Amino acid sequence: MTTPDTTAPETTAPDMTTAPADTTTVPAAAALALGDDALVLSHRLGEWAGHAPVLEEEVALANIALDLLGQARVLLSMAGDEDDLAYLREERAFRNLQLVEQPNGDFAHTIARQLYFSTYQHLLYDRLAAGDGPFAGLAAKAVKEVAYHRDHAEQWTLRLGDGTEISRERMRRACEALWRFTGEMFQPVDGVDVDWAGMEAAWLESVGQVLRRVTLSVPEGPRTGAWSAGAGRQGLHTEPFGRMLAEMQHLHRSHPGASW
Amino acid sequence: MTTNDWPLWEVFVRSRRGLSHTHAGSLHAPDAELALRNARDLYTRRGEGVSIWVVPSAVITASSPDEKDPFFEPAADKPYRHPTFYEIPEGVQHL
Repeated sequence: MTTPDTTAPETTAPDMTTAPADTTTVPAAAALALGDDALVLSHRLGEWAGHAPVLEEEVALANIALDLLGQARVLLSMAGDEDDLAYLREERAFRNLQLVEQPNGDFAHTIARQLYFSTYQHLLYDRLAAGDGPFAGLAAKAVKEVAYHRDHAEQWTLRLGDGTEISRERMRRACEALWRFTGEMFQPVDGVDVDWAGMEAAWLESVGQVLRRVTLSVPEGPRTGAWSAGAGRQGLHTEPFGRMLAEMQHLHRSHPGASW
Repeated sequence: MTTNDWPLWEVFVRSRRGLSHTHAGSLHAPDAELALRNARDLYTRRGEGVSIWVVPSAVITASSPDEKDPFFEPAADKPYRHPTFYEIPEGVQHL
């Protein structure tokens, strides 16, 4: 590999000039929910840095993480001070889906999480961009990034599912393991005006299509109800999330206000 | 970073319309589709391109440094071969 550009990329927030200037019209709880999804998944993907199976894939995952971080910055800024929200909230105050806080696991787990989430995020942002709500500006800009994330996840799902016996088994296992976190994505979020039921149908159709292309069966376990997960939007999180937060926040909490 | 068996690909990026694709570097990928995507992530992240080609490095036939003299030396002393006697019209770029 010759001199690819792997220096730390810029993490400045994209210039969302189209976002509404009057932030009082933004439903803060919704901005928090969407912003936390992006922030937490960004951090999880960032954990692959230095550990990804190949350098090229490490850069790809880092790129996705940085796209999400840019979205998170815009969304959290709509809800308050982005740094305070990211670094000073306790676990119970986060409103992200439990899906995005799940540990990376093996590469197949990360890809399954990406497939489930980026399909959802693409469908959601596509609908938000078409509307005229407070998130239309952000969504119009981010939907192109998210379309790429979805493509990345689908391409890898197909290759792992259709690869070796080991990759196929790992992909199957990962899809099964994360399935119970997928029902939560379609709990309506206050202030996000979309057809949630229609979006869920589109999501099931799309994910099912990808899995069937490599003859992986769509998991059959519960997605909602007593035995499934899903109260992240209410502030209840799974055990690994606390450890992730500790790592994400410890620098800021040890050196408040530090900058470079 | 573990070693892998993925083949090497050469990446050519066209920075804007009207220019030709220029060699940007190389990368590993399991197939052409993923090579394109890796190239997008590695070489066009800061808006450097409008089009990407990827070519398996193995299919490129290259001249050898040992053949440098027979290949290129004879051209050095024949200025009449150089198109330096034309006037370039104003405003023509990239000629």
